[in-house]
Amino acid sequence: MTTMTEATVTTQIYQVYIRATPQAIWDAITAPEWTQRYGYRSPAEYDLRPGGAYRGLATEEMKAYGGPDVVVDGEVLEVDPLHRLVQTWRALWDPELVAEGFRRLTWEIEEGEGGVTKLTVTHDVTGAPRTAMLVAGEDPNAGGGWSWILSDLKTLLETGKPLAG
Amino acid sequence: MLGPVTDDDRVFKALADPTRRFLLDRLFVRDGRTLTELESELEMTRFGVMKHLRVLEDAGLVVARRSGREKLHFLNPVPIRLIHDRWIDKYTERQVSALADLKTELEATA
Repeated sequence: MTTMTEATVTTQIYQVYIRATPQAIWDAITAPEWTQRYGYRSPAEYDLRPGGAYRGLATEEMKAYGGPDVVVDGEVLEVDPLHRLVQTWRALWDPELVAEGFRRLTWEIEEGEGGVTKLTVTHDVTGAPRTAMLVAGEDPNAGGGWSWILSDLKTLLETGKPLAG
Repeated sequence: MLGPVTDDDRVFKALADPTRRFLLDRLFVRDGRTLTELESELEMTRFGVMKHLRVLEDAGLVVARRSGREKLHFLNPVPIRLIHDRWIDKYTERQVSALADLKTELEATA
């Protein structure tokens, strides 16, 4: 019998049911005209193929606070349109966050009955405590993290309007 | 199988039990626990803990993932966030946060 020393994997899982089609949810995740309408309002740029670049651009408000032009970056790892998107993810507006580096982020879309679709966001934040706090919404200066983003996304897709606005 | 759309009733019901709130608190401290780990912290049979976890899963507050032979349990905070954004935020955010601040301050100095 071998002894295995396993590094502790820290994963955060966020799941929400949205009354919308998988197509609408896919677009809301990957299209800049949609990502500007909920959550942090950062326009997303995805090159949707393995190895493609991902960038989350700063909003005018973020720039006014002196943030960088690109606030999040990463690489697309897997693309299964309307079902699954795997990418890496790194926040760029703070040296500590940059230093923690890229972590794996998985979006899963599962169509259910009655026009309801399940969206699951799985963020591997192993060894990245600052990033973990940030995406869990525990950083008082950085909004509500994934819970808030997904709540806002649900409201936008179901009502046509985001929460704050 | 997919669950209900916005079944706030299930969330409130799931939260209306001290054992289930305890389980959520344990998962908040550290996610991805097995039934065996969670059971070891409660004076309750394995079956009893399973039943509570099932209620939490049905409400969407706990998401279970298979990892090899183990089933790991993760806290899903989104349903609570939805209730916060749709109910609490709407009516009482200012008062609630003032009270929460007061409570934090009093407890810190206690």
